[in-house]
Amino acid sequence: MIEIENLSKSFTLHNQGGAVIPVMQGAQLSVGRGECVALVGASGAGKSTLMRMVWGNYLAASGSIRVGGVDLVTAAPRDILALRRETLGYVSQFLRVVPRVPTVDVVAEPLLTLGTPLAEARARAETLLARLNIPRRLWSLSPTTFSGGEQQRVNIARGFVHPYPALLLDEPTASLDAANREVVLTLIEEAKSRGAAIIGIFHDESARARLCDRLVDVTGFTPGAAA
Amino acid sequence: MQATEMSIFAKVKPQAPLLSVKGLSKRYGTRIGCTDVAFDLWPGEVLGIVGESGSGKSTLLSCLAGHLAPDTGEVVFATASGPRDTLRMTEPERRRLARTDWAFVHQNPRDGLRMGVTAGGNVGERLMAVGARNYGSIRDAATDWLGRVEIDASRIDDRPSAFSGGMQQRLQIARNLVTGPRLVFMDEPTGGLDVSVQARLLDLLRGLVREMGLSAIIVTHDLAVVRLLADRLMVMKSGHVVEQGLTDQVLDDPQHAYTQLLVSSVLQV
Amino acid sequence: MTDQSYNFAYLDEQTKRMIRRAILKGVAVPGYQVPFASREMPMPYGWGTGGVQVTAACLVPEDVLKVIDQGADDTTNAVSIRKFFQRTAGVATTEATAEATVIQTRHRIPEQALTAGQILVYQVPIPEPLRFLEPRETETRKMHSLEEYGLMHVKLYEDIARHGSIATAYAYPVRVEGRYVMDPSPIPKFDNPKLSDSPALQLFGAGREQRIYALPPFTRVVSLDFDDHPFDPSKAPHDCDLCGAAESYLDEVITDDAGSRMFVCSDTDFCRSRREAGHVGRLGETAGGGA
Repeated sequence: MIEIENLSKSFTLHNQGGAVIPVMQGAQLSVGRGECVALVGASGAGKSTLMRMVWGNYLAASGSIRVGGVDLVTAAPRDILALRRETLGYVSQFLRVVPRVPTVDVVAEPLLTLGTPLAEARARAETLLARLNIPRRLWSLSPTTFSGGEQQRVNIARGFVHPYPALLLDEPTASLDAANREVVLTLIEEAKSRGAAIIGIFHDESARARLCDRLVDVTGFTPGAAA
Repeated sequence: MQATEMSIFAKVKPQAPLLSVKGLSKRYGTRIGCTDVAFDLWPGEVLGIVGESGSGKSTLLSCLAGHLAPDTGEVVFATASGPRDTLRMTEPERRRLARTDWAFVHQNPRDGLRMGVTAGGNVGERLMAVGARNYGSIRDAATDWLGRVEIDASRIDDRPSAFSGGMQQRLQIARNLVTGPRLVFMDEPTGGLDVSVQARLLDLLRGLVREMGLSAIIVTHDLAVVRLLADRLMVMKSGHVVEQGLTDQVLDDPQHAYTQLLVSSVLQV
Repeated sequence: MTDQSYNFAYLDEQTKRMIRRAILKGVAVPGYQVPFASREMPMPYGWGTGGVQVTAACLVPEDVLKVIDQGADDTTNAVSIRKFFQRTAGVATTEATAEATVIQTRHRIPEQALTAGQILVYQVPIPEPLRFLEPRETETRKMHSLEEYGLMHVKLYEDIARHGSIATAYAYPVRVEGRYVMDPSPIPKFDNPKLSDSPALQLFGAGREQRIYALPPFTRVVSLDFDDHPFDPSKAPHDCDLCGAAESYLDEVITDDAGSRMFVCSDTDFCRSRREAGHVGRLGETAGGGA
């Protein structure tokens, strides 16, 4: 489902003397359906960079990233948009929403962009919010004022409201208590069992052990490391 | 599995761009307004154009919307009867397009509204311009649209001069969208509004774009606005498009020196 | 020495040619506002300088001229213009609608139906019907040329929204032969139906705004309206207190400090000829005695 081949990336800082910083070279990764792969490596090794490249958020210098038949390295923006709408889900650590939009609509939005009727989309959003223990009285409020853990769960609900065939999870259990952590882990297991291909970053080692089929150390993709 | 997925995409995906721009240039004497601009806009897409004052983004928008005649280039729009270069249309055709398939939301609502005409009359004008002659149904449509832009129906007979800036801007949007256009040009739509009102307007615009399948071209200098509203982004400097791509990609991994400067200059809250 | 036979009626020869050309163009394109080089007239703008120029351009020595202001032959404006042409053209004048060949009018169409061969000249203050909502002349011209008349209905919409019905009672906009939208000058909307299919030639002159337009005989003129708010040429629900006419346009006259009032025909010639024929209204005997 997700095929990464010979991927490289560098940043050029035009406003700091044109410094070119190579950050990745020769990255290889393949994630099949129903498989969960954890990216590991020290802080700054490039876990988030790789994940952002798969999401299309960072441009690659060379190589290819195929998700469901689309190569993100060469795809036109609208193909990436279609991919994000229908195929590729992303749970980031940060919640970026229009202020004042009610939580339930924030979660329902991915379904609405797919053309799901409003009532149905809201119903599915509410089911997930309930499962993730977001108090019902908060559903009609904007999540911008929520606590870190609540925002995290809203993000997770958004990422799981549509059954994406491929999922990117950036620290999905980071700021959660034990009960909510369990809910999220179960959600990820369900996604696996329905055949989703998952790439995750987990600092939570027991979660990693429970969910992940393989670990990939991105340190191996650091330029110079291979030499 | 993948093959079936692709076939579903093929049904959803439109087959041709709504707007196709090639080699568009406009000079003011020796000074460059905008030069050699090219892009495709697909149905349902929102394109943001950012750049500082004088970067040519407003010139470009005026050229695209037919308010200004560019020196060279073409602006091909997918009309109901096939693709047409709007720059080579006759003026009546272009004006007809401007009041049916196209809409233009000005930065200052005073430029886009008739200040001496009631809210209902402002919304109804485009309907009457395309031949609506039943007062009751015009009024029903106006009431419906005031509701959609969150203006209380009891204000239908008030003049825009009695409205707040945010309400005026929402009224301008209702007035423009009432005939169900397919392409909306927006010049700094949230420009003159205070922050809380901006958020409300952004949410409204997102909903309308999604529900109506609108395409939009939005000129702004506000990067936060484009991040929330635009699918794609075009960065302009001195009349040139220096970078374009997926909005979050351009903002998070800018490639051009100017874009990097622009992104790093934004104050974080 | 210029040819006096052409130079008849106040205007110099070149001016007369220019105005006649404008009139002919107006007749050829019904409802279209033809720009013309309006001259200074020996009266202030707003007193009918446009109408006077059109009348002067039309008059021939055989003409019989009638001048009315708000339907009356004996008000200041009407009297002074009539005198003006008596002195400068020496034409015969009349107060009888049927006898006149040229009628200059301000704000009315005579009650008595006009006939073929007659010319009705309107004094027009603001010829542009779109001016109320669109102040730019460049834009209104473009709207006329492209038949973009949605704005005209916005004006009527505003009326209904504010008053519950189309409250425009005079200068009610019309569409000429399905093409140009035209301001019929500030005649009451009661007179609008008389614009259409008239056997007479109707000419409109706006002196200050320098526009002439025309309705040739038997031109179809339709008052604008909405499907669910059709045009209604209403008038005050009274009969004339002098002649008893039920179908004429009425003026309301306050007769004393207690607020007593009477309704009389605004068309003085029409009212007088009815009374002469023996018709009597509610107050006909007393008021008729004074007339």
